[in-house]
Amino acid sequence: MELFTLLVLVLDSTLRLSVPLILAAMAGLFSERSGIIDIGLEGKMLGAAFAAATVATFTASPWAGLAAGIGASMLLALVHGYACITHRGNQVVSGLALNILVSGVTAVLGIAWFAQGGRTPQLPGEARFLPLEWPGAAWLREVPGLGTVYSELLSGHNLMVYLAFLAVPTVAWVLYRTRFGLRLRAAGENPQSVETAGISVIALRYRALLCTGVACGLAGAYLSLAQSASFINDMTAGKGYIALAALIFGKWRPVPALLACLLFGFLDAVAIRLQGVDLPGIGEVPVQFVQALPYVLTVVLLAGFIGRAIPPKALGVPYVKER
Amino acid sequence: MSVVATGPAAGLPRWAVLGLLPALNLLAAFAISGLIVLLIGENPWEAVRLLVWGAFGFQEAIGYTLFYATNFIFTGLAVAVAFHCGLFNIGGEGQAYIGGLGMALVCLYLDFLPFALIAPAAVAGAALFGAAWAFVPAWLQAYRGSHIVITTIMFNFIAAAVMAYLLVNVMSRPGSMEPESRDFAPHARLPLMHEALGAIGIDIAASPLNLSFLLALLCCGAVWVFMWHTPAGYRLRTAGASQSAALYGGISPARQIIVAMLVSGALAGCMSLNELMGVQHRLVLEFTAGYGFAGIAVALMGRGHPVGIVIASLLFGALYQGGAELSFEIPSITRDMVVVIQGLVILFAGALEFMFVPAVRAALLRGRGG
Repeated sequence: MELFTLLVLVLDSTLRLSVPLILAAMAGLFSERSGIIDIGLEGKMLGAAFAAATVATFTASPWAGLAAGIGASMLLALVHGYACITHRGNQVVSGLALNILVSGVTAVLGIAWFAQGGRTPQLPGEARFLPLEWPGAAWLREVPGLGTVYSELLSGHNLMVYLAFLAVPTVAWVLYRTRFGLRLRAAGENPQSVETAGISVIALRYRALLCTGVACGLAGAYLSLAQSASFINDMTAGKGYIALAALIFGKWRPVPALLACLLFGFLDAVAIRLQGVDLPGIGEVPVQFVQALPYVLTVVLLAGFIGRAIPPKALGVPYVKER
Repeated sequence: MSVVATGPAAGLPRWAVLGLLPALNLLAAFAISGLIVLLIGENPWEAVRLLVWGAFGFQEAIGYTLFYATNFIFTGLAVAVAFHCGLFNIGGEGQAYIGGLGMALVCLYLDFLPFALIAPAAVAGAALFGAAWAFVPAWLQAYRGSHIVITTIMFNFIAAAVMAYLLVNVMSRPGSMEPESRDFAPHARLPLMHEALGAIGIDIAASPLNLSFLLALLCCGAVWVFMWHTPAGYRLRTAGASQSAALYGGISPARQIIVAMLVSGALAGCMSLNELMGVQHRLVLEFTAGYGFAGIAVALMGRGHPVGIVIASLLFGALYQGGAELSFEIPSITRDMVVVIQGLVILFAGALEFMFVPAVRAALLRGRGG
């Protein structure tokens, strides 16, 4: 295959593979910038994917599925909030508990309700988010260069892909240009000062977690309604943790986090392409090596060898209101 | 996590903190599990009956329960040791996985040695490799300030990639496409308990329970002595309780982080002895199967104390074995139900540890007539 076309195709799958990462990373941004550690992105995504596929199966509507996914994910976020904010429990323990719980619940319910080994039934086209052809894409496909980019890379994705890329500037705007965002960031750095200003840190953190729930719900619904046509057992397969890594890699900021997600998505796309391919001079690159790279890179970054990732100051510290 | 009642539970009597609160938390976890059983249209009481029977109802079942409990004791101890130093090691999964590599290397490539030498070497291999895998996150936490939770999560995934690579490309059985090593030599295996007891004339039913169960109990004793009866354990707990107090007392918290994680990783690594050297007799993909994560539930339930961990391990072992029997009797309740219970236990005994404190406090006050 021609090198240019190959590149466009790899970038095309990069976009598709990084969508859940981007949405989940944006989700984590809300929670972590407000001071709540969220290693439960994985579980919220998985729960949302299952709820979305289940509801879409019965209603044949992707929108109802999406709503169910977001609802399930928000519910899990509230449980996390109840444990971490109201009861000031350990945030890591709570996130981990939810991840394990959801992986079990989705399997139990999936097998009991659909009897297909944990899968949900294959969704018909009208119950999913299908690729949108941009005007003239078919016609421009023949044009070399820009035509290929237009028809392969830009056109032909489903609604949620475009939504994910819109989410980043939206999140950045909310965090940096609105009052809510300012307060949210303050709650993650110095909650006492927020309380001094007469704003409830507790309410603020709950609202931040609800935003996390919405974004994770989108990410999960994307997996089961757009990328695949059904829920598959453990279909998040660590994507929530990769998103968390991307969030840290992006130093808890929206645009760098987006770039990290794209990088990790690109690595994933390359890993799929490289499977069983002999590279001239290098030989076959083990696919596991490429798969492990996001994690290795994040560890190296965290170690402070390539720049420094400084978390929000109050991250992980339960807030106790002074009396 | 602490054995002394501090924080939200301060002022409650010891029996309430050590007995009543964990019991209430466990009850809450079971109640919600029961609701899920109802949700899929089965009878929760029948499920409990089958589960208890499946875990303790016959000799073979008890053997299986103890076999699963062995895994939980190792990973639970691992989590607890790190906890006492104020560290949350969620890398037990990866450490156990790499520990399995160390053990398998001994069993595969040193099998010219007699069993009496292979067995200790395998234990050392498992412990060393597990500890080594925990060392990097520990060092990064101690000297570079990287958060241990994140690095251990990353190391779990890196371990999975490393092991998949090794099993597929390097160590796979000659002439086979399966991602597994060749079988260990017969003398490089841990004797099963029914064989060992049979040799001295005690007859018990066959089960995968093997000698590593005794090692696990030994580790419990060793951890207890180390933690509460040696200067090293005291230093470790001091660093965990208060970094500034440790510094004031001339203890380097950074050093304690390293020590705690090395011990933790070594214990997690030993899990592979039970699973691989005891039963599978070869290195296989993903043999850790979530035991590393379950160790967190065990450590939380057992409140970080070896005795508590043994009790919690028995509980989880019973859930695993009983769950297997249960899914055999009622196919719509799969073994994933155990994962659900695990998650709920971590949620209630861990994150919502003190949820019932106000209620218990109020009930105690009313009981005293005040």
